[in-house]
Amino acid sequence: MVPFLPALPLFAELEVGHHLYWHLGRYTVHGQVLISSWIAIAILLILLGSSTRQLQRVPSGWQNFGEYVLEFVQGIAKSSIHGKEYRTWVPYIGTVFLFILVSNWMGNIFPWKLIHLPSGELASPTNDINTTAGLALLTSLTYFYAGFSKRGLGYFRKYIEPVPLMLPLNILEDLAKPLSLSFRLFGNILAEELVIGVFVLLVPLFLPLPFMVLFLFTGAIQAVIFATLTASYVGEALEGHGGGEEHHD
Amino acid sequence: MDPLVASASVIAAGLAVGLGTLGPGLGQGNAAASAVEGLARQPEAEDKIRGTLLLSLAFMETLTIYGLVVALVLLFVNPFA
Repeated sequence: MVPFLPALPLFAELEVGHHLYWHLGRYTVHGQVLISSWIAIAILLILLGSSTRQLQRVPSGWQNFGEYVLEFVQGIAKSSIHGKEYRTWVPYIGTVFLFILVSNWMGNIFPWKLIHLPSGELASPTNDINTTAGLALLTSLTYFYAGFSKRGLGYFRKYIEPVPLMLPLNILEDLAKPLSLSFRLFGNILAEELVIGVFVLLVPLFLPLPFMVLFLFTGAIQAVIFATLTASYVGEALEGHGGGEEHHD
Repeated sequence: MDPLVASASVIAAGLAVGLGTLGPGLGQGNAAASAVEGLARQPEAEDKIRGTLLLSLAFMETLTIYGLVVALVLLFVNPFA
């Protein structure tokens, strides 16, 4: 895309919006995103499957790893959802967290360049707005379900909670939550990959490495943020905006 | 692409990122300053302060990223081209 250094072989091309299109029935899907998210799912299945084989009372080997991950996710859920109810939501929060974490890291760790596609290139599944919007909408559905199943129709009272005048703002808030969730993740991951692309374009040797390590860190933080926000939305939906219900902090 | 649209898009992309960094930059500076202050007052709370600081820094960084997304849309998938 950028006509830089035309004499040298380019190690990276900056391209956004080029995809490997698959036509499934009436729908057109981005094939490279599907492939890389299947790889992420496979990695997760293998890792977590092997860490939950032959569970023992005294953990050893991979089981340690599995228990560490579980405790971390439980910590995220526990910090935002009060009481014992957090246990119901650990599976969803954990799934989202692990999928995003593995997806973000795959973009930096996996040697994607070795696999050639007819068009587009493989990268993190989370650098496509469709993946992140899907995850964000799932989170929306989850907290609606949480609030509705816990408090029934009373859940919708939160829309007129301080005063009925706030109704449009409260509805807007429900629209803004998935928007900001999806844009945050998408923008961060795409920005990371573009920065690495630019560095590889300018200085292909060594310089990108420390940045890739930095981006492993920020990718993990983005996964934690997504999971934390999901947990706090669910917690908020379960509790209501305060008023009438007891708080134990 | 119409040269006028192209040049306007490039300028707008630069402005989107440049102006978008101003606010979050100030905010991140404030947050870091407060964290250092809290750290000086209560060094034993280091772990908690670090976690909260990183989380809130990432939130503020998101605002910049929104500007970046707009810039990327203007540069790569310009709807007016």
